[in-house]
Amino acid sequence: MGVKPLADLRELHRQLLELDDQLVTCMRCGMCQAVCPIYAETGREALVARGKIALLEHLGHDLLKDVDGVKDRLETCLLCGACAANCPSGVKVLDIFIKARAVLNTFKGLSPIRKLIFRAMLVHPDRFNALVSLGSKVQGLFVKPVSEVLGSSCARISVGALGDRHFPVLAKRSLHAEVARLDTPAGAAGIRVAFFPGCLVDKIFPRVGQAVLKVLKHHGVGVFLPDHQACCGIPALSAGDLNSFNDLLDKNLACFGGGNFDYLVTPCATCTATISKLWPVFADSAATERRAAVTTLAAKALDINVLLTDILKIRPDGVSQNGKRKVTVHDPCHLKRSFGIAAQPRMVARLNPEVELVEMQDADVCCGCGGSFTLLHYDIAGRIGARKRDHIVATGADTVATGCPACMLQITDMLSQAGDQVAVRHPVELYAETLG
Amino acid sequence: MLNPSLIEQFKHIAGPANVMDGEADRHCYSYDAAVLTAVVPALVARPETTEALGKVVRLCGDNGLPLTVRGAGTNLSGGTIPDPRDGIVVLTSALNRIIEINEADLYAVVEPGVITAKLATEVATRGLFYPPDPGSQSVSTLGGNVAENAGGLRGLKYGVTKNYVMGVTFFDTTGERIVTGARTVKCVTGLNLSSLMVGSEGTLGVFSEIILKLVPPPAAQKAMMVLFDDTAKASQAVAAIIAAKIVPCTLEFLDNFTIRAVEDYAKAGLPVEARALLLIEVDGHPAQVADEAARVEAICKQIGATGVQVARSAAERDKVWAARRAALSALARLRPTTVLEDATVPRSKIPDMIRAVEQIAAKHKLLIGTFGHAGDGNLHPTILTDRRDEKEYARAEAAVGEIFEVALSLGGTLSGEHGIGLAKSKWLEKETSRGTILYSRRLKKALDPKNILNPGKVLGWE
Repeated sequence: MGVKPLADLRELHRQLLELDDQLVTCMRCGMCQAVCPIYAETGREALVARGKIALLEHLGHDLLKDVDGVKDRLETCLLCGACAANCPSGVKVLDIFIKARAVLNTFKGLSPIRKLIFRAMLVHPDRFNALVSLGSKVQGLFVKPVSEVLGSSCARISVGALGDRHFPVLAKRSLHAEVARLDTPAGAAGIRVAFFPGCLVDKIFPRVGQAVLKVLKHHGVGVFLPDHQACCGIPALSAGDLNSFNDLLDKNLACFGGGNFDYLVTPCATCTATISKLWPVFADSAATERRAAVTTLAAKALDINVLLTDILKIRPDGVSQNGKRKVTVHDPCHLKRSFGIAAQPRMVARLNPEVELVEMQDADVCCGCGGSFTLLHYDIAGRIGARKRDHIVATGADTVATGCPACMLQITDMLSQAGDQVAVRHPVELYAETLG
Repeated sequence: MLNPSLIEQFKHIAGPANVMDGEADRHCYSYDAAVLTAVVPALVARPETTEALGKVVRLCGDNGLPLTVRGAGTNLSGGTIPDPRDGIVVLTSALNRIIEINEADLYAVVEPGVITAKLATEVATRGLFYPPDPGSQSVSTLGGNVAENAGGLRGLKYGVTKNYVMGVTFFDTTGERIVTGARTVKCVTGLNLSSLMVGSEGTLGVFSEIILKLVPPPAAQKAMMVLFDDTAKASQAVAAIIAAKIVPCTLEFLDNFTIRAVEDYAKAGLPVEARALLLIEVDGHPAQVADEAARVEAICKQIGATGVQVARSAAERDKVWAARRAALSALARLRPTTVLEDATVPRSKIPDMIRAVEQIAAKHKLLIGTFGHAGDGNLHPTILTDRRDEKEYARAEAAVGEIFEVALSLGGTLSGEHGIGLAKSKWLEKETSRGTILYSRRLKKALDPKNILNPGKVLGWE
């Protein structure tokens, strides 16, 4: 790598200073230290929001030369949003971090592996699907099952990104292979929803997608499920690849834009938060028509739990005395921090009359997944995840329920590695089990 | 630039992972919560044991390296901003063990990096109480609290950090361990060096262990929100409550500007026309609490409160306090830069102080909200500005100076609880005397001949 020409650096400074109005709102009070899971593990100021904002400010004002150092610190972040939710002066931390990642990424260039993943695969949903389908057929050669309760496996030989992880394997048949498309009219419920399963539900947890469809059918909700859906774009956004993000957005707009439905429902907290909060901020806004379509879809994005309890008003009555299944609920950051949603997933779990809820300590603290964070920083992610595992096990629950498939992956890994016999479910699965 | 062999020595003492000498990491210890220019340290060390801490201090002492101890970096007067000449920042975040909580003898022994709220929670689970509650308690460290003599909302009845320090063990600049105070209520052994350390802002020694007093918690409490159409009446109410021999555990004040900001932000249903709002809480034995709450209510009504809302349940109590908790957030969101001051006056002078702050705001065309601890006269005039706007920020700095002038003219003090640090050292002589500064500097010179312990803080530069 040669030295970057001065003109580029000036452009880097200029682009970072476009964030100055947002950066300056940080009053350095340090309250983010109280809630940052990474700070709790490392005690390092460079890894908490206040430190990262200071780094961006100092870099933008040319007080600091080490661009790689800043980029590395900036990317050591779960984007869990706990700091933003706890910030006295309301700093828009996630917007700042994602924009800054894009700026630094433009300056440094996307890594070859990410370029391959995003630009050659993710933005081409059909190619992505074909690869995954192939993978599901040959994975048995490389992985072996570990836990029946958790449905987890590990690599036969420790290699590359898999390392010592325990993970649910790719589903034999993804959701879109089982249910390619749907277009049913509103029934008894009088509403129609578009269904956005998200990549992880489609390819790893299709059973969650099936549970959603079963519940929607049971309650007479019309479903619009178009094929050729693309990823919501969060992996590209968090890697600072705005081009791939906008490509994905175009594909999704083609699927859903102008569709006739009341809500865009997902069983994935991260997809919901991305569509609802990040699409409007990061969509290329050149064309007003596109902007309007994005805003409309963003406003319709809704978590499946909220659809059931708040829109359809399906709520459990009383407190379960049965207690055949002790269930503890983990709050995904993208429900609790992004939307303040916590009661709804618990209510949905309790729609199963056998379920007795037991609360774990720090239920709303991040599980340590952070999407691709766990791929890049498995050590810190594992330490944060181990705490979550301890809190889950301490409840004595036989099942942990959470409304985000990314959390489900991380928690499965943590429980499986510790040899725990605790099942991991989406709340909607618990409810769907009770519907014949 | 530090020479590489010195960096190696720091790594040898604290462990390589606990020494940060890269540019990006060092920049993250160049500031604290005060609105001041950042100063980047030459190296940051994070000792994990008190033994390593002592060796780090000695290494700095031997080499004449200026050393600034940092807990959570929440200081509001620049006390944790390092020295520009190869400054070393020593972090206490890995010295975070609660060594002992003694329920029979009512004390706790802690390392300096223990988070204030963590100790408070831990002692509460054992049915005890550590009262000092600075606003940053969820992140601030006890070492920092002692070094700054931090206050909080409960100052009027329960006092501040200094009232809970029974003993301090610290290192001098040669790395010698100094032991002062005891685990006993009474102790007159040796010079009272613990008291000298409290509020010394890192200029006289580096704490390794602190003994803190604990008390039994009150059995009951009752909170109320009282509204006034005149600041003077609110102040009269405060005086009348104290004159009636009632000492509320908290007696907080919000001015009209802050009330409106909170209402805009939190929509808590506050009456925006009120000129002043008092949040009063009494605690103690349930019978005493009931009696005192009734008398406080009667006193406020007699003085002409326009409304009194007594919390009837825990939920209502929480609602009363929500307004106070939202005060800083509500104000901070109005403008990019928040300058939070803590000039303090005798409590009878609060109306004069409020009036003066309003005049200063008008004169300099600034937004200033004032809230704070009415019971002990410790107000927080909060200037909402934008440090990037040079002209406006110059007016803000002039306003700060005038606020100090007024506070001193009313018989008050520059700082109730935030410390002097870098931000206020130039005003120190005005409140005290030339002799005080010289005496303090001689003391500092005797204990720290090379002037390496947080130089420039409190006493300024010779």
